[in-house]
Amino acid sequence: MGIAIASGAYAISFGAISTAAGLSLLQTCALSILMFTGASQFAMVGVIGAGGSVWAGAATAALLGSRNALYGLRLSSLLEARGRRRLGAAHFVIDETTAMAIARDEPAASRFAFWTTGVALFTFWNLGTLLGALATHIVSNPKLLGLDAAPPAAFLALLAPRLRAREPLAIALAAAVVAIAVLPFVPAGVPLLIVALLVALFGWLRKPD
Amino acid sequence: MIWAGVIAASAACYGLKLAGISLPQSWLQDARLQRTIPLIPIALLAALVATQTFSTGRHLVLDVRAAALAVAIIAVLLRAPFLVVVAAAAATAALLRLI
Repeated sequence: MGIAIASGAYAISFGAISTAAGLSLLQTCALSILMFTGASQFAMVGVIGAGGSVWAGAATAALLGSRNALYGLRLSSLLEARGRRRLGAAHFVIDETTAMAIARDEPAASRFAFWTTGVALFTFWNLGTLLGALATHIVSNPKLLGLDAAPPAAFLALLAPRLRAREPLAIALAAAVVAIAVLPFVPAGVPLLIVALLVALFGWLRKPD
Repeated sequence: MIWAGVIAASAACYGLKLAGISLPQSWLQDARLQRTIPLIPIALLAALVATQTFSTGRHLVLDVRAAALAVAIIAVLLRAPFLVVVAAAAATAALLRLI
């Protein structure tokens, strides 16, 4: 339950950032209902807010969503969901539900943790989004509240837990440098796609340890 | 236009989740894929931090957002909750603009 309330607070900042980026209330809420994966949602509205094309934002969101496929892989044997149940379960395959499900020893406890975390998160995530979006709608100039400085902080907070070793830290720094270096020469949002391509090549071609 | 992107990206994200729990285990168990996919969010999030702090459109700029990022880094190092990190950065930018 704590995790769901925390995600509600995090969703408030998503609602605020999305609205400040120029998405309507309905579009903002649609992202939280339909996409329901935090980092991808922040990336999509972040790119749009920074003047990038909607499609660059969509591509970045999809690339960030690729890790959910690996989570799904780890969950598939635990969940044993079939048919319509699997279609529903898929929507809840995100960082938090995976963490809660794989922390349990018994498959039945894993399934329970997955579904309860999923339902609670979905509820609070969407309530928080609505609240953040409504609150920001009242503000006439989001820049006065410093909301243009909010997305980088959000990305940093999402990134930090993944940097607990030397290699990820080096990759993060290299990615930041490459993105800044190519930025003046390509349309907004495209530096992200270049970085994604380079890191995928790096991961694919390097020798296993 | 935004709607089309919202729908397409949501469908792509859902497709990836569904693929993970539906495709045969062996498809995604390839060692190279397992090593590569976790690197993508690290690189993309770092690139997002850098570009959204130091640029406006295609121009590199240094403004109050850099100070806001510095405050966010301190907040992260102090293990502040997500909303506190974001609010501290926004408040820093807002206050510096008032001065």
